[in-house]
Formats: sequence, structure tokens, C-alpha cells
Amino acid sequence: MLEPNIVLDHEIEHLIKDVHELYGYDFSLYSRASFKRRVNRICLIDRFTSFAELRYKVINDPEYLKHFIEEITVNVTEMFRDPHFFKALREKVLPQLGTYPLIRIWVAGCSTGEEAYSIAILLKEAGLYQKSLIYATDINPSVLETASSGVFPINQMKIYSENYIHSGGEKDFSEYYTANYDSARFDKSLREKMILSTHNLVSDSSFNSFQLIVCRNVLIYFDKKLQERVFHLFDDSLENLGYLALGTKETIRFSHLQKRYQQLEDQKIWKKADHN
Amino acid sequence: METELVIIGGSAGSLQVIIELMKNLDSDLSFSVVLVVHRKAQAVSILPSLLQQYSKLEVIEIEDKTEIEINKIYIAPADYHLLFDDKKNVSLDRSEKLHFSRPSIDIAFSSAAEVFGDKLLAVLLSGANSDGVEGLLQVKNKYGKVWIQNPDTAQVDYMPRQAVEQVRFDLLIVSENLPQQLNELNKL
Repeated sequence: MLEPNIVLDHEIEHLIKDVHELYGYDFSLYSRASFKRRVNRICLIDRFTSFAELRYKVINDPEYLKHFIEEITVNVTEMFRDPHFFKALREKVLPQLGTYPLIRIWVAGCSTGEEAYSIAILLKEAGLYQKSLIYATDINPSVLETASSGVFPINQMKIYSENYIHSGGEKDFSEYYTANYDSARFDKSLREKMILSTHNLVSDSSFNSFQLIVCRNVLIYFDKKLQERVFHLFDDSLENLGYLALGTKETIRFSHLQKRYQQLEDQKIWKKADHN
Repeated sequence: METELVIIGGSAGSLQVIIELMKNLDSDLSFSVVLVVHRKAQAVSILPSLLQQYSKLEVIEIEDKTEIEINKIYIAPADYHLLFDDKKNVSLDRSEKLHFSRPSIDIAFSSAAEVFGDKLLAVLLSGANSDGVEGLLQVKNKYGKVWIQNPDTAQVDYMPRQAVEQVRFDLLIVSENLPQQLNELNKL
């Protein structure tokens, strides 16, 4: 059902201000239309009939805030989503990364971890996994718990398996998990090289340097100003000749940094070619 | 009332209508056209280049932060919802499907209605599901205009029939007349 219009524009401003002042999460530079839709959606699922009810709950219940953050951010993800992207990672990026003694990858805005697991599988199949570290971060602690468990709904496996094959995978995808009733528990070894941590792209700074940063379908929720800030954060965190991968409809084109980056053919992957 | 945006929703059976529209739209439109069509997400999206072959106007598949200008045709990308931040700026959103659809016509129409109000014309074409009805209701709530393809002439009548039954429309269109009717917008 289409969410109703319970919360008005000026009320959204109040809510953003409250959440920032009380809890330190700053949503003021999120794309407004999308943010507003998510707030109205929360009112629908949590049965708030007015803005006042939602605001009261947010202000007075720190536990509820966790849920609020989880619902306000979009956590719809898949393994090997957009298989052509993972095919390009496999064929064009991993062979380059293989030349490094230690490979550090950052999956920024990893949500429940499906992309981090997909990348772990790619690294395994390329024989690079043992010398890799995958840092997977998200603003939202509860999604990281799912990522950490490595347990995903079994009914997704058909799609994931098809995606995997389209990405150039040659194994039987079911080798990577154990089915148990309605869940699929992924091989523990895929979690070994994964470091999960909360990180807020809006307010936290660079914490390491990487050869590959994957941040797909996160920037679409940010306005241009915030995007520019995040591009600088990525630039500070990316080694020279490192790669930045974005979602299929995202681009670095509007950023001042774009001249330092070279796009890989028709892919949403850019190589940092800083000649300084 | 001057129309600033024409947003067109279509699903199964709408492609032929859209191609005919591309062939016959004038190249001096005083509004923008945004197409929200259900289709499968593919590595290379063929619809924009297909429609460009027929159109005198520039056809652009919307990406993140694409700015909407008049006299151009925009296509909502497959597998993303389309939202309007303001009259120039759109947002893409990869949240849950609605009516098994992403892009959802309902979401795009109601977001456009919020921003464009009575400067919006929403057109619903042929299709096999119930997407579009709630969006059209929002358009009417905000005093926009609603045109629906006559279900009797639509290739797949379910979607426009649902709409005709539930929405106070302004015009029932026959696909052959649609280009002409759009060309005459803002000119009478």
C-alpha cells in the first residue's frame, strides 16, 4: 500500500533536528523526498496516526530509535545483485588487486551484508581470500548483527544462485551454505576475513586505506552536498590506483574529484589515477 | 493551467503506444515528459536507445541527480523507484517493491503530484496489474489532470480499467490521438 501523508514538510525538519540533537544522527542532507517517504512509511507500519505520536516515541525511547534508524534507511539488498557488476569485479578489478600483498576492501553501507559475502565468494574463487580483509560498515547496528550471523532467508537462494551464475560463478552456489528449514547458513570461512563495524558516512572519518571501496545504492539517498563530502571521505580512504564502485545509477560525474578518476568502460567503477 | 510535467505510466502493452508517441511529439514542448514503465532490469538498458531512434527530442534514462528540463523525455530506470525532490531534482530509491513493481507508478505519480500540484498531467496506459490507481488519486487530490487510456482500446485493459472505475479522470484517450493532444497542451 502507498504510504499516507501523515508527516508534513516542516514536521520533517523538527524530527531531523530532534534526532540530531538527542542522538547525533544527522539526516539533514538526505534526499528529502525519499526521507519523507520513509518517515511516512514508519508511521504506517508502527501505526502512528499523527506526527506528535512518532515524535514523542523518538524523543522518549532510545530503544525505539534503533528501530527508527533501521526503517529510515533502506536495507533491501541481494547477493550478487546486478550480476554484470560482480562480473566486472571478477574480471577487471580482482586481477589488479591480486598484485598486492594484502588486499583491503571497504563495503560502505553494507546493510545486512549480502554484498560483503558476495565479495568474499569472489575473492575465494580468485584464490585471493587468504590475503584479503573486507571491512563492512553500516550506520545501523542491527543490520550488522544479521551480517555477522551469516544467516539469510532460504527463499532468496534461487535468485542469488541465478545472480551468481550470471556474475560468472562456476560452482554450485549451494556449496556456500547449509540449508536449515527456512534459513541458509553461509560457510563460516566467508566471515573470517570480514570486519563488521558501525560507521556513519555523514559524520565519521576515514579509518584505513583501501584498494577497493564498494558503496552501492547508498549515495542515491544523499543530496549533492553530502555526496561531495562522502566522495572526499572515499578519496581520503582510497590508495592511488585503487577502485571506487558505485550503484548502477550513481555517478561521480558531479563531484570536483571526478577528474582524478577514470571510469572502467561502461561500468560504475572508477580507478583513482592521482598523478601527484 | 499551464502543464509543467507530463508523467506517463505504462506496463504490459504500453510500448507500442509510447513508440507512436515518440514518433509524433513536437520538438518544441513547453513541459518535460517522464516515462515510468515496468520492465526487467538488464545489464544494458535498451529502452532509452530504442525510444531515441523514434524521437526528435532527447531521450534520457534518469540517473542519480539527473536534472529535469523541459522539451526532453526522461525514463525512470528499471529496479528503482522515482521520487521528486522539487521541480528540477529527482531521487532514486531502491526500497521494497510496491504491487510487485519497481519503479512503482503509484510512488512516482504521487511524488510528482506533491511537487507539481495542478501543473501536472498524469497519463496511465495499458497494463496488467493494479499499479497506478492510488497514484492517480493523489494527482487528483493535488488538482492535477488525469488522462487514462480507454480500456476498450488498450492492449491489456486491467490497469486502465481499474483506474477508470476508481478515479475521476479528465480525459479518456485513444492512443492514436495522444501525441496530438500532448502537442496542443499549453497552446490553447
